[in-house]
Amino acid sequence: MTSSTEQHSTVGGHPPPIVEAVKVTKRFGATTALDSAELTVEPGEIHALVGRNGAGKSTLVSILTGLEEADAGAVAFSGRPAPPLSDRHAWRSIVACVYQKSTIIPELSVAENLFVNDQADAGRPISWRRLRSRAAELLAAWELDVDVRVKAKELTVEQRQMVEIARSLSRGARFIILDEPTARLDAAAINRLFSRVRALQEQGVTFLYISHHLQEIFELCQTVTVYRDARHIVTAPIAELPRAELVIAMTGEQVSETSDPRPPAPPPAEPILSVRGLTVGDACRDVDVDVRPGEIVGLAGAVSSGKFAVANAIVGLQRPSSGTVLVEGRAPRRGDVAKALLAGLGFVPQDRHREGFVGGMSMAENITMAVPHRLERHGVLSTKRRTELAQQAIQRLDIVPPRPEQPVAALSGGNQQKVVMARALADEPRLLVLMTPTAGVDVKAKQTLMDTAADAARNGSGVLVVSDDLDDLRYCHRVVVMFRGAVVGEFSGTWQDQQLVAAMEGIEVS
Amino acid sequence: MTDALTVPTQDATRSASAGSRTASIAIARMRDFALVPLIIAIIIVGSVLYPAFATRATFQDLLSNMAWIALMVVAESLILITGKMDLSLESTVGLAPGIAAWLTLPKGINHGLHAIPGFWAIPIALAVGAAIGAINGFLIVRLRINAFIVTLGMLITLRGVLTGISKGQTFFGLTGSQMYLGSATWLGFPASIWVVVIIFAIGIFVLAKTRVGRSLYAVGGNLDAARASGIRTDRVVWVVLIIGGLLAALAGIIESGTLASVTSNMGSGRIFDVFAAAVIGGISLNGGKGSLFGAFTGVLLLNLIFKVLTFAGVPDQWFDFLNGAVILVVLIGQRIVGGRTDQ
Repeated sequence: MTSSTEQHSTVGGHPPPIVEAVKVTKRFGATTALDSAELTVEPGEIHALVGRNGAGKSTLVSILTGLEEADAGAVAFSGRPAPPLSDRHAWRSIVACVYQKSTIIPELSVAENLFVNDQADAGRPISWRRLRSRAAELLAAWELDVDVRVKAKELTVEQRQMVEIARSLSRGARFIILDEPTARLDAAAINRLFSRVRALQEQGVTFLYISHHLQEIFELCQTVTVYRDARHIVTAPIAELPRAELVIAMTGEQVSETSDPRPPAPPPAEPILSVRGLTVGDACRDVDVDVRPGEIVGLAGAVSSGKFAVANAIVGLQRPSSGTVLVEGRAPRRGDVAKALLAGLGFVPQDRHREGFVGGMSMAENITMAVPHRLERHGVLSTKRRTELAQQAIQRLDIVPPRPEQPVAALSGGNQQKVVMARALADEPRLLVLMTPTAGVDVKAKQTLMDTAADAARNGSGVLVVSDDLDDLRYCHRVVVMFRGAVVGEFSGTWQDQQLVAAMEGIEVS
Repeated sequence: MTDALTVPTQDATRSASAGSRTASIAIARMRDFALVPLIIAIIIVGSVLYPAFATRATFQDLLSNMAWIALMVVAESLILITGKMDLSLESTVGLAPGIAAWLTLPKGINHGLHAIPGFWAIPIALAVGAAIGAINGFLIVRLRINAFIVTLGMLITLRGVLTGISKGQTFFGLTGSQMYLGSATWLGFPASIWVVVIIFAIGIFVLAKTRVGRSLYAVGGNLDAARASGIRTDRVVWVVLIIGGLLAALAGIIESGTLASVTSNMGSGRIFDVFAAAVIGGISLNGGKGSLFGAFTGVLLLNLIFKVLTFAGVPDQWFDFLNGAVILVVLIGQRIVGGRTDQ
C-alpha cells in the first residue's frame, strides 16, 4: 500500500494537490450554488470542509465525485483534468464519497456489496466461495473485523461506513470524502473511526472531511476550508485558526459561544414530567427522570445507552415493559402517541427523515399535522388558519424560504428540522421532548433551534433534551447521564464537558 | 451502477426549489388538471366528426355506463393515497350484489335461497363490502401481510365464492331495492350519475378539508411521521379499506341494478382499468399523492375515448388493444411533458 501520490509527483517539486478546484461555479436555475469556489487538498492530509447548510458543500461534493458538472471553472486531480462525467470507472478509481445515507444494498451480503457488478469476470459464472474470500482478504487488509457473509443491513452504522471506505479503496481511490460521517455514531465509535482515518492517512490516503462538529475538526484535521453563501471564505491550517474565528468565518457574524444560554433556573415546583422505574425491553431499566416547569433537562448517553428508549416511551412511540410515566400528574395511555400529545406533550423524534415529516406535503401541513383540532371549524379544516399558524412558526424559527406552501422535501436539512420543531411546538406543549434536535444542522440553525427550546422553558414548559451533543447540553439546567440502559449520573449547575463525556462513555462518574 | 446517483444534493434541491416555488405549486395543481385539455380536445373532435356525439343522450349514457367503474376508482384512489392497494375490489364488486341476490331471490327461478325479503338487498350488499374491507384490514394491518399479496388472494377467493354460490351461472330477474339505484331517475338524470357525482363531491371535500382526509396523505406519504404526529395510522388504513369495500359494493349494486342481473364473472379483470384510470389521473402508486378530481378525469378520459371509438365504428375486437395503447400513450406523454416519475 504505497502512497499513490508518489506516482504523480512532478519532477523535483512538490507533488501536485490531490484535488484542485479553481473558480468553480454552479447554478441551479436562478440560484448560484457555488460562486467561483476554490479548494486545494494536498496529498496525505485530512482536510476539513465546513460551512452552514446551503453554503455549497454538497454541490462541491457532487462536482468532485463526478455527479454533476461545473458550469464554469476547472477541477484537477493530482494535476490531471477531471475525467468526463460519463466515465464512472475513472471517477471511482480517483475519488470516493461516504455519504450520510448509506449507499449499500441492505439485502445483499457484505461480500457482494464490496463487489457489486464485479462479482466475477464478465461472462463467467459467479463463484461465491471465491467472492467471499476476495471480500475477506480485502477487509483483512484494512483490518476490518466484519463477517462477509452477513447481510449488509445487519451492520452497524460504523461497520457500514468502514465497508464503504474499504470498497472505495479496493477500486483504487486514494482520496475519500467523508460527508458527516459521525452524525449517527456514538462517541466510542467516533474515536474508532478517527483512529482508522488516521491509520489510512499514514498509508497515504487523503481525506476531505465534512462535519458540523467543530471539535471533531480540531481533533482530526490539519487544514480547514470554510465556505459561506456559495463562496470560498478561507483556507488555513487548523492550528492557525482559533475556534471563534472559524465560527465567524462560517456564519459571517459573531455567535456568542461562551455565554450561558440557559434561561434562569426555575423555582422548585411539582414536576411536569415524572418518570419512575421505567423499563423498556432490554433497552433501559429502572430509569427515573423528573422535569419541572421551566426546566431544561438533558438526557445524555451514547447511542446504545437506552436514552432513546426512555424518550420513545415517554412520547408513546414505544410501549414500556414496566414503570410509570406521569405528565402533569396523569398517566397517558402507554404506547399511544395521540394520548401523549393530548396530555400536553410535544416532541421532535429521533430520525427526522423517517419520523419527522411527510416530504411531499407542504410545510404548513407538516407543522400543523398534530393539531388538526386547532384548524377545525365544524369538522372542516381552515386553510387560512393553517397558513397563519405556519407563518407564526416560520417567523419564530426563521425557516427559509418562508413559504408555508413549500413541500418540506425541498428544504435544506436545518430547515426541515425547524419544521419538525415547529410541529412539536404547534400546540404550546407543557412538556417538550427533543431527540437529537440538532443532528446534522449548521451552527446557526442549531442555535435557533435550541434558543426556541429555551424560550419554551422561559414560558413555563418543561424541556427534555435527549442528545449527546455537548452544544445541546449546554442549554440544560441538569443533565441525566445514561450508560447501557441505566442512569449512571447527574450533573447540575456547571460542569466540565470532559466529566460529562466520561460519564457517557461509562469511564467514571464524578 | 453508480450507487451514489441516488444521493440527494441538498444544495441543489434547495436552490432549485427556491427558484421555482410558484412553479412547483402550479405543477402540483396541474397534476389535478393535466387531463382536462385532452378531455376537452376529444369532446371537440368527437363533436366535429359525429354530430350525434354532442348530445345529452351520449353523455348521459357515457356517465351512467362508467358509474360503477368510477366508484371503484374512488375506492382504489383512497387506498392508494393511503399507501396500500386493493386488487380484490374487482371481486367485491361482483360478490356483494351476488350474495344479496342469492339471499333474496326466489328458490325456483335461479338457485336463490329466498331467505330474506328483497328490501334487504342493498344493506346486505353493503355489509358484504364492508366485511371484505375489514378482512383485508385484518390481514394487512394486524398480520402485517403485504397488501398486494393479501388482496390478490382475496381476489381469487372472493371470485371463487361467487362462482360457488351462483354455480357459475347468472343471477337474473333481480327484484326490490337492488334494482333501484341502477334504474331510477332523479331530477331527469339516472340515479347512478347522481351517486357518482355525490360520492366524488364528498370524497374531494373530505380529502381536502378534513383531518381524516389529510391523514390519508400523511399516512401514505410517511407512515412513521404520521404516527409520530399522533395519527392512528392502523385505524386510518383499516377504515380506508372498509370504505373501499363499501364503495365497491355500491358500485356492484348500481351495475347489477342496471343490468338486472349478476353474472358470476362480474367485474372480473376490471381492476386493471381501475388502476389505469387512477394512475393516469395522477394518483401515485407510492402513496401520498393525487386527488379524486384527477382520478375522475382519468376514468372519464378512458371512457370518453371508448365512446368516440364506438362512434367511429371500430370493431369490438380491437378495444382491448386500443384501451391499453391509450393508457401507455398517456403515461408516456405525462412523463415527457410533466416529468412525473412515480408511475
